[in-house]
Amino acid sequence: MAAKTLYDKLWDAHLVKQRDDGSALIYIDRHIIHEVTTPQAFEGLRLAGRKPWRVDSMLATPDHNVPTTLAERAAGVAGIEDPVSKIQVQTLDDNCDEFGIVEFKINDRRQGIVHVIGPESGACLPGMTIVCGDSHTATNGALGALAHGIGTSEVEHVMATQCLVAQKMKNMLVQVDGTLGVGVTPKDVVLAIIAEIGTAGGTGYAIEFGGEVFRTMSMEGRMTVCNMAIEAGARAGMVAVDQITLNYVKGRPYAPSADLWAQAVEEWMQLHSDAGAAFDKVVIIDGSQIEPQVSWGTSPEMVLPVGAHIPDPQQERDPVKRESIERALKYMALAPGQPITDIKVDRVFIGSCTNSRIEDIRAAAAVLNGRKVAASVKQAMVVPGSGLVKAQAEAEGLDKIIRAAGVEWREPGCSMCLAMNADKLGNGEHCASTSNRNFEGRQGYGGRTHLVSPAMAAAAAIAGHFIDVRTLSGQDH
Amino acid sequence: MKSFTTVCGIVAPMDRANVDTDMIIPKQFLKSIKRTGFGKNLFDELRYLDEGRPDQDCSHRPINPDFPLNQARYQGASILLARKNFGCGSSREHAPWALDDFGFRAVIAPSFADIFYNNCFKNGLLPIVLSESVVDQLFLQMYEAEGFTLTVDLAEQQVRTQSGEQYSFEVDAFRKQCLLQGLDDIGLTLQESDAIRAYEAQRRASAPWLFDAIVAND
Repeated sequence: MAAKTLYDKLWDAHLVKQRDDGSALIYIDRHIIHEVTTPQAFEGLRLAGRKPWRVDSMLATPDHNVPTTLAERAAGVAGIEDPVSKIQVQTLDDNCDEFGIVEFKINDRRQGIVHVIGPESGACLPGMTIVCGDSHTATNGALGALAHGIGTSEVEHVMATQCLVAQKMKNMLVQVDGTLGVGVTPKDVVLAIIAEIGTAGGTGYAIEFGGEVFRTMSMEGRMTVCNMAIEAGARAGMVAVDQITLNYVKGRPYAPSADLWAQAVEEWMQLHSDAGAAFDKVVIIDGSQIEPQVSWGTSPEMVLPVGAHIPDPQQERDPVKRESIERALKYMALAPGQPITDIKVDRVFIGSCTNSRIEDIRAAAAVLNGRKVAASVKQAMVVPGSGLVKAQAEAEGLDKIIRAAGVEWREPGCSMCLAMNADKLGNGEHCASTSNRNFEGRQGYGGRTHLVSPAMAAAAAIAGHFIDVRTLSGQDH
Repeated sequence: MKSFTTVCGIVAPMDRANVDTDMIIPKQFLKSIKRTGFGKNLFDELRYLDEGRPDQDCSHRPINPDFPLNQARYQGASILLARKNFGCGSSREHAPWALDDFGFRAVIAPSFADIFYNNCFKNGLLPIVLSESVVDQLFLQMYEAEGFTLTVDLAEQQVRTQSGEQYSFEVDAFRKQCLLQGLDDIGLTLQESDAIRAYEAQRRASAPWLFDAIVAND
């Protein structure tokens, strides 16, 4: 039998029908939904008189719009101040009630960001096909699953048929060899990957992340990397299953137990690319050379090591790229040659589906411990990815460390990653953000986003400007 | 689904690479629970000089005179000419909804982001990939000639200029048929219900844990 990649195996196992015209029907095991990209899909079902095919394959939670202050959260949906947001969250509740879909509602202790609660609850498992109307669904690929974002029409299609009409993607291997340096995190790895292959480098591909760095990386770290596959253009990112995966999954509420666990493990241990499997594209990166990263522009590929200087557009020969750099520098109010460490930060956001899990919060707390946020920083906040992450952090006393440093400790949600709720940047403000996109206006009208790891964001909060976290004294990595 | 056969219309530019879906339709407009009405907020942060709010009357907002879609020569445009990696970022289908609601029927670019490309077909909006050199040439022609139009012929898979140049484009057969005939792809898939059930039965036997119900077991 021909050697297969991990993606080939996942695709083949879910192929319902290959059509003559090149399209295929792919079976979807898990469908996670949230309030923003589903109301029109439910409406479509109702208009056509259709019912969900397998209602018990779905799990819902509101995340994009929910407020993150305790004051606004206390009264549940009714307490949401923005009337338009309130309607959207209420609509999700109503739709889930009408169709019988399990939902972790706004103040359920399991509520959180879709891509955090999926793996955390065990609803998302190795070997599954997982979709959600959100491009960061690739996060779940860390489990050794085929997971990707879909549009609202496809949400409706999956609800109604349990299938997607798809075309097989090409295979890309991103292999990061060696060992990461002290203070270098999974976020730095994925930013360095995006810098290498570009924001469209993965378009048309499913990316498998492999190499020594991933074999030793924690599950949460793998999630951070897979999460940003889309920022390299790839709908799906994934990592092979190993003992680290199994240790993570075992015992989670929706994970199989007893006899089924043993049976599942037997199948899951096949979820890796065979020796000699063919990839259409291979990118090899030396992990030992990766340094803490900071994005300086308005595309995730505009990212550099913290010790670097802002690029000079005059050095760029490609006119389209040159113009992009010029436009980015103007929007970001940065000058060619300026050291990254000179950039002052107005706000600091630690959270999002990229970096809001317990390890991220521990990393931020380790830097904040015994320190204070610089007086020049208007606001710094940590927004945990779920109610369970929040509870775990509080059990470890991390919230106290975070608050003592002058950082706000919030309720779970997407928050300032996309600023659909009240958490946003003011016009012209620079933000050290652990989120995934630095597009113009992403975190608020006129806001200027710099993508960094949780440790680097915490260090920027302390210093008031970007700083190499490795230079902070007493850092215990 | 809305069908697409042939469109002949004015071409408007979006002359920058990596246009993301946040730029096409900013997040505050994603709070709508409808599929329509996004056109007035298409490219909101580029089109207007102030910050837009949902449910706002946009007719009195200050407009950015430098933005092409605000200029007289591009009024009524139905074809958007763009640069590489158009539609990157968020999977929001509100992006093609906004382009469609504004009046665009086709977008031409050297490359598109995958999810956006896919979402377009669900909404009768045709994304067309032409080579970078052809796109460069079309930009030049468009800037030179006010009222520059193109004809997009899906059946023939061709883009034609008034002066007779023809450019072929690729589109996969399934999507092409769905678009030409305005087919409901959910209805088409449901015709395969037996195949889906057969798959489920076989899969349930070999990997039963995949069919454990998500239950409310707090």
